Amino acid sequence: MKNTYNINDKGYYGEFGGAFIPEMLYPNVEELRQNYLKVMAEPSFQEEFNQLLKDYVGRPSPLYFAKRLSEKYNTKVYLKREDLNHTGAHKVNNTIGQILMAKRLGKNRIIAETGAGQHGVATATVCALMGMECIVYMGEIDIARQAPNVARMKMLGAEVRPALSGSRTLKDATNEAIRDWINNPVDTHYIIGSAIGPHPYPDMVTRFQSVISEEIKWQLKEKEGKENPDYVVACIGGGSNAAGTYYHFLDDENIGIIAVEAAGKGIHTGESAATSALGKEGIIHGCKTLLMQTDDGQITEPYSISAGLDYPGVGPLHSHLYKSGRGEFYSATDDEAMQAGLELTKLEGIIPAIETSHALAVFKHKTFKPEDIVVISLSGRGDKDLQNYIDYFGL
Amino acid sequence: MNRINQKLNEDKKLLSIYFTAGYPNIDDTVSIIQNLEQSGVDMIEIGLPFSDPLADGPTIQASSTAALKNGMTTEKLFEQLKDIRQSVSIPLIIMGYFNPVLQYGVEAFCKKCQEIGIDGLILPDLPADVYDEAYKAIFEKYGLINVFLITPQTSEERIRYIDSISNGFIYMVSSASTTGAQSGFGETQTNYFERISKMNLNNPQIVGFGISNNDTFTQAITHTKGAIIGSAFIKYISENGINYLNNFVNPILGKN
Repeated sequence: MKNTYNINDKGYYGEFGGAFIPEMLYPNVEELRQNYLKVMAEPSFQEEFNQLLKDYVGRPSPLYFAKRLSEKYNTKVYLKREDLNHTGAHKVNNTIGQILMAKRLGKNRIIAETGAGQHGVATATVCALMGMECIVYMGEIDIARQAPNVARMKMLGAEVRPALSGSRTLKDATNEAIRDWINNPVDTHYIIGSAIGPHPYPDMVTRFQSVISEEIKWQLKEKEGKENPDYVVACIGGGSNAAGTYYHFLDDENIGIIAVEAAGKGIHTGESAATSALGKEGIIHGCKTLLMQTDDGQITEPYSISAGLDYPGVGPLHSHLYKSGRGEFYSATDDEAMQAGLELTKLEGIIPAIETSHALAVFKHKTFKPEDIVVISLSGRGDKDLQNYIDYFGL
Repeated sequence: MNRINQKLNEDKKLLSIYFTAGYPNIDDTVSIIQNLEQSGVDMIEIGLPFSDPLADGPTIQASSTAALKNGMTTEKLFEQLKDIRQSVSIPLIIMGYFNPVLQYGVEAFCKKCQEIGIDGLILPDLPADVYDEAYKAIFEKYGLINVFLITPQTSEERIRYIDSISNGFIYMVSSASTTGAQSGFGETQTNYFERISKMNLNNPQIVGFGISNNDTFTQAITHTKGAIIGSAFIKYISENGINYLNNFVNPILGKN
């Protein structure tokens, strides 16, 4: 099967990707590039990875037919329940994979960046599981607004280091993690949480997350007698849950790929994170991709009510899907997302993460046919967002 | 001949100074350059500030943030530098991150550099292979020298490759670190300087990162062509202003 939407041997998706890194990072990234596919193909790696996904994470995650949501929008909606994973989101699929990778590369110190704290918690969790040192960089502002996740990471034995530079949010936490890696090039592995960063990170993260679409295929076959839906839908910040949800459907153009970004207060309000609409091609955190920036090439601050979508770039795979027209991109405002989250709660008894609520807002932007099968990635659960829901709805 | 190559041909060790354009004040750029030349500095790196300077430690980060807040832009820097060659003759290099150059347009940026009399560029996040494939011809068309970094972790094979695509000097990062002064150099650094020196590369090496005083400067130049000081200089001008730069430069060079 031709694989035009996948990464090429130079580490690019179309014109996006690559490894735009200072020379100080070259040996680390090169070591990873030379080894990641080989390590992932090892039977012992596969066995350990699959075992942990099954017994520790709780996979396969259910593919749930959402009857009342389907009735409301007169189409067939399935929810891929990543929210039921251990630690409450899809993030753990990748951290399990990367900690096993780090072990095989002989690393004993783990660093990570986090925004809302979900990836930080997923990283601290696997470090506890493997008995490895864990340092999580988190913007000073995010530390203040995500106190429960900070406490979780500490309980799990991680050191949470505040990123004090720039805007003191996710972008700056990522900068600090990269600087840490520059200063600790030999013993440290950097677990990036999204499908971003220098090659091979976007591809590696996508492959670890691709278990999502792999399961969708056989689960849908059981339920519908065919393995392909008409559409797959996911929210996009950096884009790791989306990349995993799309992966096995990328090259079958009969399957619609839908991405929902965070419009924040509205695309043209200056407070938005809708990168495909507002971004231009450039370099962020080691890859060429679409990012929000000034005319002068300075990276700007995004805004979204969802800390997990509050990133000024988007993974290079998604830039390629956007630019090539393979993906259909929408953006949901804070209000649309919050309403969609509440609607799912009322109709199906599931409180989604606010990130996920953006994907659910797809129905505000697109009408599906009654016979369409629409699979939505329910990327995370809403426990962490309770305070936001309380404040927003005055509960 | 490019001013960088002329300077490298001189029979002396070189001191190069980095500063962030637009810091401490937006209009200090030209004065800092003139004062540095008068203080006996051999070469200057003019930092084009970036919002996300991945390879820099706290001092240069803070100066970049302040410079951007002061209103520094690529266009503004070029405007400030347009008559610089009427008063300054030492080599001038622009150092920055790749994204602002990409947004300006790589060719337009290089053309502007040539018009002004900029001699070279250092863009730490433009990888050697990408430069080689996509941009080398453009840089050369406008007479610009591109300078690459190597670190103690860079393999011999890669150093040879970088040497082969360089036409000025190689920027030797003293240790695995972001920019910023350290306490001093140990045996690890000395061994590294010696090891590289014995490779007999085509391009001379100049050491940067972690040089802040006469001790570290002397250690750095023992096996190399020269040294670059950034963070220590920025700290100095933060505290002492941009005049009387002899007071910074002389002690480094061991002069009274």
